[in-house]
Amino acid sequence: MYKIVEKREIAPRIKFLKVFVPEIAKKAQPGQFVILRVDERGERFPLTLADWNKEDGTITLVFLEVGVSTRKLGELGKNGVILDILGPLGNPTEVRNYGVVCVVGGGVGIAAAYPIARALKEAGNKVVSIIGARTAELLIFEEEMMRFSDEFYVSTDDGTKGYKGFVSDVLKILIKKGHRFDLIYAVGPAVMMRAVAEVTRPYKVKTVVSLNPIMVDGMGMCGACRVTVGGKTRFACVDGPEFDAHDVDFGELIRRQMAFLSEEKMALECWEANKRSKEA
Amino acid sequence: MSKWDRLKAVPMPKQPPHVRIRNFDEVALGYNEEQALIESERCLQCVNPQCVLGCPVEIDIPAFIKLLRDGKFREAILKIKEKNNLPAICGRVCPQEDQCQKNCLLGKRGDPVQIGRLERFLADWEREHGVEIPERLPSTCKRVAVIGAGPAGLTVAGDLAKLGHEVVIFESLHEPGGVLTYGIPEFRLPKRIVQAEINYIKKLGVTIKTDTLIGRLYTIPELLKDEGFDAVFIGTGAGPPIFMGISGENLSGIYSANEFLIRVNLMRSYLFPKWDTPIKIGDRVAVIGAGNVAMDAARCAIRLGAKEVHIVYRRSRAEMPARKEEIENAEEESVIFDILTLPVAYYGDERGWVRRMECIRMQLTEPDEIGRRRPVPIPGSNFTMNMDTVIVAIGRRSNPLIQQTTPGLKVNEDGTIVVDENMRTSIEGVYAGGDIVTGEATVISAMGAGRKAAKSIHEYLMRKKY
Repeated sequence: MYKIVEKREIAPRIKFLKVFVPEIAKKAQPGQFVILRVDERGERFPLTLADWNKEDGTITLVFLEVGVSTRKLGELGKNGVILDILGPLGNPTEVRNYGVVCVVGGGVGIAAAYPIARALKEAGNKVVSIIGARTAELLIFEEEMMRFSDEFYVSTDDGTKGYKGFVSDVLKILIKKGHRFDLIYAVGPAVMMRAVAEVTRPYKVKTVVSLNPIMVDGMGMCGACRVTVGGKTRFACVDGPEFDAHDVDFGELIRRQMAFLSEEKMALECWEANKRSKEA
Repeated sequence: MSKWDRLKAVPMPKQPPHVRIRNFDEVALGYNEEQALIESERCLQCVNPQCVLGCPVEIDIPAFIKLLRDGKFREAILKIKEKNNLPAICGRVCPQEDQCQKNCLLGKRGDPVQIGRLERFLADWEREHGVEIPERLPSTCKRVAVIGAGPAGLTVAGDLAKLGHEVVIFESLHEPGGVLTYGIPEFRLPKRIVQAEINYIKKLGVTIKTDTLIGRLYTIPELLKDEGFDAVFIGTGAGPPIFMGISGENLSGIYSANEFLIRVNLMRSYLFPKWDTPIKIGDRVAVIGAGNVAMDAARCAIRLGAKEVHIVYRRSRAEMPARKEEIENAEEESVIFDILTLPVAYYGDERGWVRRMECIRMQLTEPDEIGRRRPVPIPGSNFTMNMDTVIVAIGRRSNPLIQQTTPGLKVNEDGTIVVDENMRTSIEGVYAGGDIVTGEATVISAMGAGRKAAKSIHEYLMRKKY
């Protein structure tokens, strides 16, 4: 049972939670994630850590409400409790001084990119950040990212803020204009990470992505999160979640992410119907 | 009951197949008192009981059967519990036919005494009539960390707690029980039985911390140095599932048996959408492999509404590693057995969902010098079957996390942990047992290892000699 000590809605349907889990806060490293189960009947699902604080013993979770699990989590208020949190899981980001690093965050993935940008900056890198969302009001963690960036770019799909287009378009322009990156780090929706990989592939710039497949146990037991990387099957939970973007079979990842789409839709409809009848 | 026949076992009452394939309730219903008494009468009470030699935890079988026969059910279950902390579980899932019952003298001419069923009867009787918690020995002020709340860990913990040690079990999942909880289905081992047995272990004074992954949250050196434990037992069990590495294996609709069973058992996805975790099952299901896990998966698939479930196995019937009882149960539930068949590729639709499975026919070679018949493909015998769900149940590797985060821990080439005959690892104060040492094996062999480790840990803690 883990208590929520702070809760905010930082954008429409995007929630920010600080949860008291001192053991995880003490051990967490950039790039790691936790597996949550909101209540007794809940699913196990992964969220990348958006932050942690050893002093006050909290971890920060940022998520978009999409299905039953994230809706349930989003309904919990301050002082609410999450039944299970397991972590920190996954291999931490390899943080060292690469030189010039570009951190690309898309959508709710910006929150996951933040601790990585910070760690890379603190390790002495020059950090160029590109963050993007569908529309201006969905942009999150702008100030946080800016604070640890030497250069900072924003894009929105509809042009309501920053460059009109995708983060991958911004990256492409920067590279074409002569920016030289020693490492590109991208986290966000799979289509966005694929687009980033395709932008950097011709330039042979090392590009790392943090993958987000379906997971169940999150510790290497079930293989639900298997992804093909360089022609080999890897488990994102224990072999990743970070992989070389140029080796990842994104098509397979995207198809596997959608494996339970109709069930997820049905579960959400049932949950909403239940909620309505309870409220009535 | 017809005329008593010493050579004939009292049959186990079961849910009939056409009923049980529509529910997840327990299939075997258990003996009632009368049936248990009749069965217990058959025991010859041998002077040199061979059955005990077949029991990995050395239960005094004739003694408990004698007590049962005399109507002393309480004394009988306590006799079992001198050696076995989890009798309701063992009575259900132990392969008795290969252990105690295999040695039963009656078995030479007829049916062996149904020791497992009697054990189950007593454990169930006790649960209904109130479980007595044995008195613990005075505290030794020694602390033991047990990693993994499966059969091995629960046994070590129970034994050491009785001896007065303070025991904390670290479990990575949200529920304790290990394979008993996430792996073995409700219809073979009801979760309320597992929970009751775990409550017993807790009442012995054991603390269970769930959601705690050792290797990430704490390492073993940290447990010993910073967290104040005097000894550690590693019972992390088997780890990642093995896939065949054939084309199309990552299509949607292809699960490892682990994923499938975790969804169904631990996450209760057979109750979806009341419970949130989905499972998607097609009309035609292939389960690859023929061990107990494969049978469990096949029988779950039937219950989830699959129209046709196939067990696909590359050897012949005689080599199937599953318990005979489970193969029979699967057959009664209309599971189809495709023996001498090996999948070679999977093909999917435009959404990446599996639709077809290409197989090749196999034949067995003549027995080699150790009597093993190898399966070899028959060239040109390829054929395809339409399948929309595949469950790969061909085994698991060792979990690597502990080994990676424990410097100096000796491991074998296959990742299993090296121990001596007293379950000691290469690090002082660190012990291991169960699947993480042997590779995939049975619940009872893990418990046997746990029992041995507990004895060895106790000696170490009391004398501090390694």
